[in-house]
Amino acid sequence: MTEPTTVSTERAITVTVNGVPRETTVPVRRLLSDALRHDLQLTGTHVGCEHGVCGACTVLVDGTPVRSCLVLAVQVDGKAVTTVEGLARDDGRGGEVLHPVQEAFRECHALQCGFCTPGFLMTMAAGLEARDRSTDITEDEVDEIVGGNLCRCTGYANIKKACRHAAGLMKEAAE
Amino acid sequence: MKPAPFGYADPTSLDEALTLLADDGAKVLAGGQSLLPLLSMRLASPATLVDINQVPGLDSVVVTDDGVRVGALVRHVQLLHHAEAARVQPLLARATANVAHPAIRNRGTTVGSIAHADPSGEMTSVLALTGGSVTVATPAGSSAVDWADFFVGPLETSVHGPAVVTEAFFPALPPRSGTAFEEVSRRKGDYAVCGAGVTVTLDDDSRVVSARATYISVGLVPEVHDLTDALVGQPAATADWAAAGALARTLVDPDGDLHASADYRRLLVGVLTERTLARAAQEALVR
Repeated sequence: MTEPTTVSTERAITVTVNGVPRETTVPVRRLLSDALRHDLQLTGTHVGCEHGVCGACTVLVDGTPVRSCLVLAVQVDGKAVTTVEGLARDDGRGGEVLHPVQEAFRECHALQCGFCTPGFLMTMAAGLEARDRSTDITEDEVDEIVGGNLCRCTGYANIKKACRHAAGLMKEAAE
Repeated sequence: MKPAPFGYADPTSLDEALTLLADDGAKVLAGGQSLLPLLSMRLASPATLVDINQVPGLDSVVVTDDGVRVGALVRHVQLLHHAEAARVQPLLARATANVAHPAIRNRGTTVGSIAHADPSGEMTSVLALTGGSVTVATPAGSSAVDWADFFVGPLETSVHGPAVVTEAFFPALPPRSGTAFEEVSRRKGDYAVCGAGVTVTLDDDSRVVSARATYISVGLVPEVHDLTDALVGQPAATADWAAAGALARTLVDPDGDLHASADYRRLLVGVLTERTLARAAQEALVR
């Protein structure tokens, strides 16, 4: 017999963030975006519109991109969250190896003020990892991947260029 | 832009969820992709959120020859990639491809968007066009509610009191029938300025027997318009789709807003009707 579910206003949660189990107690109304920034001090995730339109706060939950402003922190209890801080790999020598999308953003000058960048990086990394890497990326695929994120600086041309470049890097790596 | 304080519970059975929902001001949370913005903007401030994500048995897509049953926790992305569901009712994948962006589709539920009853939602209109129904669980038991009895107004359904919409049923596309779906929006993945979904059925001589259409962001509740009169008996290859578009324009009563005037929406209804009917007929020829 399980205990009846109770209504709570505060909860202790355990979330694996970028591979590290983190425990924190949050008010149940805490958005995941705010929990990452305020409770876990991971300020790489940016909060733009706070209602799901801009995509700046996109993180991966169990490997899938979601808007962290449209998920409650209590809803990711027991799950794995990846933020932009967890995108680069450890190189085993105390440094980091950039993810191909980070490499491509640098190469293609795909950011100016950088506010939207974490959301683009997470969306793009997941989108490119999910696709068939043996094929060249199409313009439709690029539009589908970047279409949900807003950028007010770049005009998107270089972001789309970075997406194609990153797809190429990942295709090469897969060969 | 933070939600007002609320209580939260994540029951592990439907009965428990219904018990919790009996409290004043309790609201169901499933995907949250419409509810969370409402909370953050404080357009809604429920006393309690009953998160149904831990309730077992609500996350499956069941496909039979009769149609597709979609559980309350099925995310849009699952329908988008469900080949078997697309075979039985092709509108499902076509419409879900137009629901927002990948990150929203990964989290948002199809049944939740139906229960939300937003006139700019795709799946409400698809439920209507396919002649579908929803299953509503209450403490007194579960019952099926036809789409026409479900939608009452914008963001309003006929369901009151403690209840969970546990599934939606989309009937199969009949033989010799085809569908198409298209939207015009200001930005990719944004709410449609106008959208159209259509079904065309042909006879054995490939002549039009029936043509029906539904529109997104046009009426206050989903409606199905019969366009058969403009097309009946015409061969699919040469039918006057533009005449059906013209008929559709006279049947709808769109509102104007910041994004599009009523006249522009009516124009789009005509254009999208003509285009989608022609595509649907092509599909009907080979089904």
